[in-house]
Formats: sequence, structure tokens, C-alpha cells
Amino acid sequence: MAYTLTVNGRTTTVEVPADMPLLWVLRDVLELRGTKYGCGISACGACTVHLNGRAVRACQTKVSAADGASIMTIEGLSPDGTHPLQQAWQDVDVPQCGYCQAGQIMSAAALLAQTPKPTDEDIDRAMNGNLCRCATYLRIRQAIHKAAAMTATTTVQQAAANRPGQDQE
Amino acid sequence: MPRSVGRSVRRKDGDDKVTGRALYIDDLTFPGMLHGMTVRATIPCGRIDRVRPAFDTTGFVLVDRHDIPGRNVVAGIMDDQPCLAVHEVRHAAEPIMLVAHEERDALARVHVDIDYTPATPVFEPRWSSECFKSLVIEKGRLDAGFAEAYTVVEGEYRTGHQEQLYLETNGVIAVPEGGGMTVYGSLQCPHYVHRALVMALGLQAGQVRVVQAETGGGFGGKEEYPSILACHAALLARKAGRPVKMIYDRAEDMWATTKRHPSIVRHRTGVTREGRITAMDIDLVLDGGAYCTLSPVVLSRASIHASGPYRCDHIRIRGRAMMTNTPPNGAFRGFGAPQSQFATEVHMDRIAETLGIDPVAVREQNALRPGDTTATGQVLGEDASAVEVLQAAVRKSKYHEKRARWRGTGKGIGLSLFFHGSGFTGSGEVTLASKASVELTAGGVRVLVSSTEIGQGTRTMHAQIVADALGIPYEVVETAAVDTAVVPDSGPTVASRTCMVVGRLLQRAAGDLKARLGRLSPAAYFAAHGPLVVTAEYEPPPGAAWDEQAYRGDAYGSYGWGCHVAEIDVRPDTWAVQPVRMTAVAEIGRAIHPMMATGQIEGGTAQGVAWALLEEVVMRDGAMANHTLTNYLIPTAADTPRIDTVILERPYAHGPFGAKGVGEMPIDGPAPAIVNALRHAGYDVRAIPATPERVMKAGRL
Repeated sequence: MAYTLTVNGRTTTVEVPADMPLLWVLRDVLELRGTKYGCGISACGACTVHLNGRAVRACQTKVSAADGASIMTIEGLSPDGTHPLQQAWQDVDVPQCGYCQAGQIMSAAALLAQTPKPTDEDIDRAMNGNLCRCATYLRIRQAIHKAAAMTATTTVQQAAANRPGQDQE
Repeated sequence: MPRSVGRSVRRKDGDDKVTGRALYIDDLTFPGMLHGMTVRATIPCGRIDRVRPAFDTTGFVLVDRHDIPGRNVVAGIMDDQPCLAVHEVRHAAEPIMLVAHEERDALARVHVDIDYTPATPVFEPRWSSECFKSLVIEKGRLDAGFAEAYTVVEGEYRTGHQEQLYLETNGVIAVPEGGGMTVYGSLQCPHYVHRALVMALGLQAGQVRVVQAETGGGFGGKEEYPSILACHAALLARKAGRPVKMIYDRAEDMWATTKRHPSIVRHRTGVTREGRITAMDIDLVLDGGAYCTLSPVVLSRASIHASGPYRCDHIRIRGRAMMTNTPPNGAFRGFGAPQSQFATEVHMDRIAETLGIDPVAVREQNALRPGDTTATGQVLGEDASAVEVLQAAVRKSKYHEKRARWRGTGKGIGLSLFFHGSGFTGSGEVTLASKASVELTAGGVRVLVSSTEIGQGTRTMHAQIVADALGIPYEVVETAAVDTAVVPDSGPTVASRTCMVVGRLLQRAAGDLKARLGRLSPAAYFAAHGPLVVTAEYEPPPGAAWDEQAYRGDAYGSYGWGCHVAEIDVRPDTWAVQPVRMTAVAEIGRAIHPMMATGQIEGGTAQGVAWALLEEVVMRDGAMANHTLTNYLIPTAADTPRIDTVILERPYAHGPFGAKGVGEMPIDGPAPAIVNALRHAGYDVRAIPATPERVMKAGRL
């Protein structure tokens, strides 16, 4: 079967069985290997990607359910690794082994898109399905707050820049 | 030049790990590559009568034990484990045949009929007739110690299996090259794999090359296990004449690979009325599983740590590692010390309770101090910090105030005091004779070691040490990929030795290099004279001595010291225990990179909390019944309490810039601290994991 996916802004058609998990379409067919296999049963979150802006587990999302959808993977989050989450992740030294981090960052990005200033409870609810055996959880929480603050600052600066005359005072 | 040691510089591997660019083993492919799988036994114990492939084998590559050109053995301590079973099955995950195919999905069609004559398995280590190793550590005279005692406190304590559960499962790719074999893999110890391949394939050392891919966590689970997997992939690749990738899925990884050794520890302790320990008689049994693997050295470390960070003149520690018909157990962060110190520390609170003395006071009175001798007779140096970490943790956590205030509320607070030897046990480092090199590059220097980055920060920390030893910026120090054809053997990445031992080698090599450079910068020297490599080889600290037969002497170069305080809530309706807060104090000599060191302490603490409360391997008929992530639970963000970390630094003279080990020690403390908090809350728990069922059934205090 042929399926049309828009992955990281590029529309492409893949010829694969209808029940092929999106994870293997991304990794084996499209060669986007930043998204990881961790358990295959949607229990660890290592394969988290965005499907029409929503965080989903690629290992349990059939390609047929993604037909026509817009998908974003870690490779599409920013062209050069400078998304506020990626910067904050480095600033507070989140990654250890790193294997789960693409999934963690994609879950966090979906959270921030919905909730720009999340509370600890919002973060715990959104991130609770993403396992990290290095237990970087405390830092992930810290990094999400930091990224949220960076995004807010950027937005304020942009807003100021968009209002000519204000900065003359 | 700003020094980088002691500063939290950017991780060398940070960029690649936040952008998805880091290449783990399953991210690599080779032309013509096949996918391999293992056909395993289905019974825990018996004799194989016949093996028949019962599927259409067209297009498949099949390997059985007759295809092994070298010795049918996974190189290890005892060389007792076959790559593929011959006649005997000793555990339910025993590999029997190997299969490979171009299409990964085709492997689902593999079905092999195996006829057995079953035998009676042994699952209880104390009833096993086969012992991998037994040892006795004796200090003073036990009878004299007990004669001094006012009373004797006895107890038995148990810990269960624990699965490492690195998020990236075990995996390798074997590539036949020019009559030899190259194996890429998710590895902690490339030279262990190299040795195993040489033995199983019957090749010369120079014909085998092992390369580490980015590795998604190890925690010990990729210490010895990858050797058998690499042999399997290489046997398939050799027969196929094509590259073969073998990646375990999660269920196979949990079912077949090594786990933490379960333990049964009995204590008999003589104490005076005031709480001074006069005699310690400790009996320790580890469940080794079906083959020896690393059990003898796990037993050594467990036994040497079994009397805890306490001074006592009369000690006997008897340890045994026994065979059972379960998949072999192996290395897991802490390597036996968490098991034995769990028993010691729960027992210490029972001693305090028996005597009606404050648990802190009992520990403080008996804690090892500089100049004291350990169970093996090692005289401790000035960096022995048991009292300091205890006092710091008690102060930071407000232990006494909470202890008094929470009684009878369902809340509990408990603590544990522990130590952890850095580096290989006894004369292990001398035998290893590790080497580490630094090499000039056009713009700076490159670190050459076989020590792997598995998340703990090897590349960053080594670069910091070399940068400061040379007086050059951290940014111009790079680390070579770990490839046995390129890097010297700096020993395995285990035993909290990568900073203290290998880091020290690099500091020395960099110091020698600096002397060679004279007044020139590395770049200027390189431009004028070309390449230069300087290598340092391990030298034991002066005066260090170890008697392997008697278990006497300097067991470790140095020890880290730790104290954990656990605060918990027990739900009266469900008996679920919620860890609320952990205070983790660690004395580690010198924190080369404070943020990474703190990360190690947070990670080890969280794993220890989960070992205490959540992680229960259910063994049924000799194999893990709950081998999925839905019924073997590792901590989520919600299960991980707040962790307040305090790092103390008392430099060790023979560590790089004073540093000792840090990676393993944090997992020694959480479990006994939590069980002691349960005791404070009124539950007499002596085995972990302290699941709600266990807490419900526990005696009430």
C-alpha cells in the first residue's frame, strides 16, 4: 500500500504494509534514525514523535493511521539543535546515555506547544510515559521550565520588535 | 587559562544526544547485512536429544555448535559457558541454534523442535550442589569478640534480582573482513568482547577488531553479556560471509540477559550495652545462575563490603556464589556491594532498636575513621569520611526532628551509611596493567582509551583531566572512538575505575607529554615535529599489597563514602510506599564535573529506590515471567522522589586531582535507608523489593 506522509515538512510516499508501525517506516524506510525503539509496546516513550502536533508512540502507530498526516521527529525540531528545549537540555546537563532523549524532548515539545508555561504537575503528567533509566527526570523538569522561560523571553522580545516606536522611549 | 576540572563544562556528547544524531548500534547498517536471532531452550534443565528446524529454511543461514571454528566457550573467568549448548541445558534461555535472514520479519517464521530429557532443576541457591566460589575473610578472633558482647543481635536479609533495563537493548553487528571479524556493538568492555571472539572464532588477536557504537546505557548489563552476543553474530556472519546484525527486542533482553545477583545474608553481631560492635559474623549467599560469568568477583566485592563502614576487631565473613538453573546473573551497578550493605544497614537499625539507642549514635560510634582497619586489614587513609557524610546527611535532612515528629503518622524516615571501593578488587588493577594514551593533533590533543562513554560522562571527564594536566583549553581535547585496533587497553569500563584509575593514567600521560613539549604548545609542537603519542601504564600506589588466598590487605585503592536519608509515606489502605525525598551525601575525593557527578548520584539513587520498592523479577520455572515493561516496573518521573545531593571532597592522593569513583556508590544506600524508614513507620521488612504485598505481610513494630 502507498501512504503519503509529511515528515519534518517534506511530503513523501511510502510503499509499505498497512500495519507497519510508523517507527519502522521512519527508521528503516525514511532512514530517520533519531527516533528509537525501546519496548515496542508503547510503554517507554523512546519512540515519541508528533502526529499532527500531538505526541504519539511511533511503535504503536500503524502507518495507515498516519496517512496524510504531518509528522515531526527529533530531526525536524530545529535545523541546528537550537530549539529552546535542546539548548536547555544541554544547559542543565540532562542527557546521560541519551537513548531516551529524543522521545523525552519530543514529549516536552508537544507539552510546550499546548502549555507554554507548564507547572510541575503539567510536566509530570505529560512526561510520565517517558522512561529514563539514567533517571534524568529531575533535570528534565528543570530543563522544561528553563525552555519555557527562554521561549517566553523570545516571544516578548519579538513582540517588542514588532511594535515600532515603543523602544524609542 | 581557566581550569576545567571542578567546572561543569559542556558534555562532549551533548549535541549529538539532543539532536538525534548520535549513532547507536541499530542506527548502523552495512551492505548485504542480514538479521540474526537466537533459538533458545524452553526448559531450565535437561539433556538435548534432538534439534530439528521445523520451517522452510530456504534463504536462511543456520548455525549450530558444529559451526564453531574455535572453542565453544564464552571467554570469562571459568570458561564454563558454551556459545551454543552441546548436550546439556542449564537454563531456560540457553542458546541452542542461530538463524539469520535478509528480512528482519522473516525471523518470525523460525520454528525449531527440540526434544529433551528433562532433569530436576535447582532454584534455591542454598540447596545447590555446585559452588562457583567460596571465600572467608577473617579478622581477629570471633569467639573473643562475642565474649566481650553484652548481647547478640541476629537477622537474615534478602534481596531479589534486578534487571539493568538500559533503554537501548543489547545489540551488535558482526562484519567479516579480510579473513577476520569486526564487531560493532553497544558495549561497556570492548576488550572482553575481543577476547571472546578470538577464542570462539579461533582467530589471531590481530584479526579481530571491536568497535563501540554509542551506547544507550549499561549499568553492568553490557559488561560481560555482549561477549556471547558478539560470538553469535560473528558465527552467523562467518557462515554467511556477510554482515549480521543482532538486536534483542525488549522481551528477549529481559528474559535472557544477566541480572543483579539475588542475595541471602545472615548477620550475628555482638554489641556492648552502649552499642559498640565487638564481633561480626556474616554469612552471604549469592545466586549465580547457571554459569559462572563474573560471580566470583561479585562475591568478592559483596563480601569485602559486608561489614559496612564499621570498625570491629573480630570479624568473620563467609561468602558463597552458587549455581542455580536460571539465566546467569552478572554485573549490575554496585556489583554485590548493594546486596551486602543492604543487610548490614538494616541490621544496624535493628541493633539500635534492640539497645534502645539512636541509629545515628550507633553508626557514629562504630564508623571507620582514618587509621582504622577494614575487615581485610586495610589501613584507611585521611580520606575515610564515614563520620563526615553521616553528620552532613543528618543535618541536611533534619533527621532527628522528623524522626521524633513523624512517629505514628504513617510517615517514616531512615538512613544508611555505606562505602564503596573504587577500582578492581585486590590485585586486579595490577593484573589488568591498563594503559592510556594522549596523542597530539593539529589543534590540540586526543585521548586514546578503551574506556567507554555509556552515559556517565567518560569523554567529558577524561578531556577535562587532560586539559588541565596540559594547561590547554578543554575544547581542544578530543576523544578517539573506542576501537580495539586504535586505542590501548585501559581496562573495562566497570568498578568505578574510569575516573580514578584511567583518569589518573591520563593525567600522568598528559604530564609526560607536557614535559616533552617543553615550551611549545601542542599545536606548535605538532607543526614542528609531527605526531607524538605518550602512553602511561598502571602503577599501584606505593606500599599497596593484597593476598588473594587469605583475602588480606589493601582491597581497593580508595573508598568513596556515602550516607542516604529516605523519607517515605506509607498508604494505610494499600500499603504502597511513596518515596518522598532522598538526601544523598557522597564523599568522592574530587568532583571533576560537579553536574555530571550529581547526575550519577541522582541516577544511582533513583535505581536504588526502585530496587527497594518497585522492581520485582518474578521467576517461574527458572525464567523471568514478567519480562515486559508493563509488569516489570522501573521508575517514572512520578516514582522518583526529590533528591537532595551533597558532594563532599576529601582528595585521594593517587586519584586524578584527588578524584575517587562515583558511579556505583549511590546505589548502595537507598534500599536500606528506605527499609529503615519503613521500620520507623512500624513495618518490620527484611527483604526487598518492599512491594505492597510484602509491607502488608510484614510484622508490625
